[in-house]
Amino acid sequence: MSAVGKPFVERPYLSLRNVSVSYGDIEAIRDVSLDIARNEVVALIGPSGCGKSTFLRCLNRMNDTIDSARVAGKILLDGEDVYQRSVDVVDLRARVGMVFQKPNPFPKSIYDNVAYGPRLHGIAENRAELDEIVYSSLNRVGLLTEVRERLHEDGTSLSGGQQQRLCIARTIAIQPEVILMDEPCSALDPIATARVEDLIDELRENFTIIIVTHSMQQAARVSQRTAFFLKGELIEVGDTSNVFTNPDHRLTEDYITGRLG
Amino acid sequence: MSTSRDSLRHRVTASLAKRYRRERRFRAAGLIAVLTGLVFLVFFFVSIARFGLGAFTRTELLLPVALYEQDVDPLGDGSRASIAEGNYSRIIRDSLSSLFPGTENIADRRALAALVSLDAPYLLRDYVLDNPEAVGGRIRIALPTSASVDQFVTSKVDRTPLTSTSTLSTRQAAWAIALEEEGLLRQSLNSRFFLGGDSREPELAGIRAALTGSLFMLLVTFFLAIPIGAAAALYLEEFAPKNRWTDLIEININNLASVPSIVYGLLGLAVIINVAGLPRSTPIVGGIVLSLMTLPVVIIAARASIKAVPPSIRDAALSMGASPTQTVFHHVLPLAMPGIMTGSIIGMARALGETAPLLMIGMVAFVVDPPGSIYEPATALPVQIYLWSDSPERAFAEKTAAAILVLLGFLLMMNLLAVLVRRHFERHR
Repeated sequence: MSAVGKPFVERPYLSLRNVSVSYGDIEAIRDVSLDIARNEVVALIGPSGCGKSTFLRCLNRMNDTIDSARVAGKILLDGEDVYQRSVDVVDLRARVGMVFQKPNPFPKSIYDNVAYGPRLHGIAENRAELDEIVYSSLNRVGLLTEVRERLHEDGTSLSGGQQQRLCIARTIAIQPEVILMDEPCSALDPIATARVEDLIDELRENFTIIIVTHSMQQAARVSQRTAFFLKGELIEVGDTSNVFTNPDHRLTEDYITGRLG
Repeated sequence: MSTSRDSLRHRVTASLAKRYRRERRFRAAGLIAVLTGLVFLVFFFVSIARFGLGAFTRTELLLPVALYEQDVDPLGDGSRASIAEGNYSRIIRDSLSSLFPGTENIADRRALAALVSLDAPYLLRDYVLDNPEAVGGRIRIALPTSASVDQFVTSKVDRTPLTSTSTLSTRQAAWAIALEEEGLLRQSLNSRFFLGGDSREPELAGIRAALTGSLFMLLVTFFLAIPIGAAAALYLEEFAPKNRWTDLIEININNLASVPSIVYGLLGLAVIINVAGLPRSTPIVGGIVLSLMTLPVVIIAARASIKAVPPSIRDAALSMGASPTQTVFHHVLPLAMPGIMTGSIIGMARALGETAPLLMIGMVAFVVDPPGSIYEPATALPVQIYLWSDSPERAFAEKTAAAILVLLGFLLMMNLLAVLVRRHFERHR
């Protein structure tokens, strides 16, 4: 079954075909096909438990950590099947970064939080390069001015919004190609949310972003395309403006008008 | 409506008082429980300390001694070999006898000699060997008294020789009192208690052999149980697939933690001594047995603290491209370390106080010389306490209590260490 709307694009960067995910006997995602182009922001919306997070976790194979998870179908990143045996998960996750719902900085210094990825992957050749990466990543998320004086304090001592931006800085420090965001603002206040949304808009220049959100306003503000999931199925995908103003599917309309979910 | 609301409020107020009463009762019960525990603890400490502190001091006799050349230097050449051959017990008997005129017969001299420690002639010899210029002169030397005199002199009550439980005879007691009145007796630190091994003579018995044995065993346990336990816990929590086998292993680890310790002793005897052929009565065997005993405790404590590491940290590390092993060593282990160390040290403290398995592997031995390595026969503090408590001499009761104090001090230090280690790891994770 194919979703209504515009699931396929001209030159896909990420391409999913007939992807199904099950945990034991429970099917979390059924037969999803979707393309995502380079440098676009795609928002995933839908009621709780509809499979948005599962979908996201397929793309960087974080589902591997769940023993019972089974993935069927094809997920191509830049033409390469990410579930192929030859694909190195570590390398994949360096290319597909992730920001989680709850800010989860490491209980280490702010500097070490951002430097962790570059150190792990041997990106910086020397200390000066590492400094440069840390400073520019923090600057990118607008955190540098706020924490310049206390880079060696614990990352967990920051406020919620700052922590989430720190997590984004940590992710972009290793220059991934795709960033997955799983409800990144659900634990933040409106001001912090606005900052993160602005940030997503800026990051679009260099990254492809897939964001799960419960806020339809947020989806409308940050994304170019929106995908609506319901009970593990992809119901509709389309240009964000279309989906919110003139949805093709009755269920989508019911959801965005609040009659469903 | 308003009347019903009034009566409702009334009921709430009434129930409120009841709730507060219940809360107060519960708090009082808790306080009583804590106080009862404290009273027992204080009673325990005070009674042991009252009993045992005497063992840390000993009574010394300041004996004036005449070192006649024919006694000290039998060969007459002043050489060390000659001095070492001197008849020092006779010198001591002569000196004692000269303090109390009319005690020249053999029986009296023997009774007098029993006032000082069996060790006294050797101490005198060592003194003369160190100071050969004293030969031919008169000196005053402090010699430890026998345990009976020490007990008699330091006991605050019941000095009447006939009714006392003292092992001194009436005459010996009278002599002891006379010596005390002359000011020839003094109290000094009993270094022998810390520096000596076990002995049949209470005044010569020390805990060094037991203390070293316990220390060696703890070292073996530390280097076996903690790395193995932490590694097992990490594997089971982070890497092992969750299936029937790992469930079985988990159940068995929990069961092993409650196996009576003497069973581990039997295992040590059957496998480590008889099959593996390690020397019995040694700290290495004791350490292995205690490691086996401590392992389940360490594993359970380590698993609990690994489980307590928030999964979001693992997600964060994995999503950054850290391998599972890197995730564990960079993030999970540092965060779990305080818990692992605290659990391990508490497990080791339990091992320190363990007696039963050591009896099985022959560590219940009479060990005079402190072991020089983990392969030499040794005994352990709790076993030493057991041995001394079984000795008939009254003075050993004091030793037993003192050894308990040392063991408690050791335990206290280990628990303090646990707290310090925890703080350290929490600060430098």
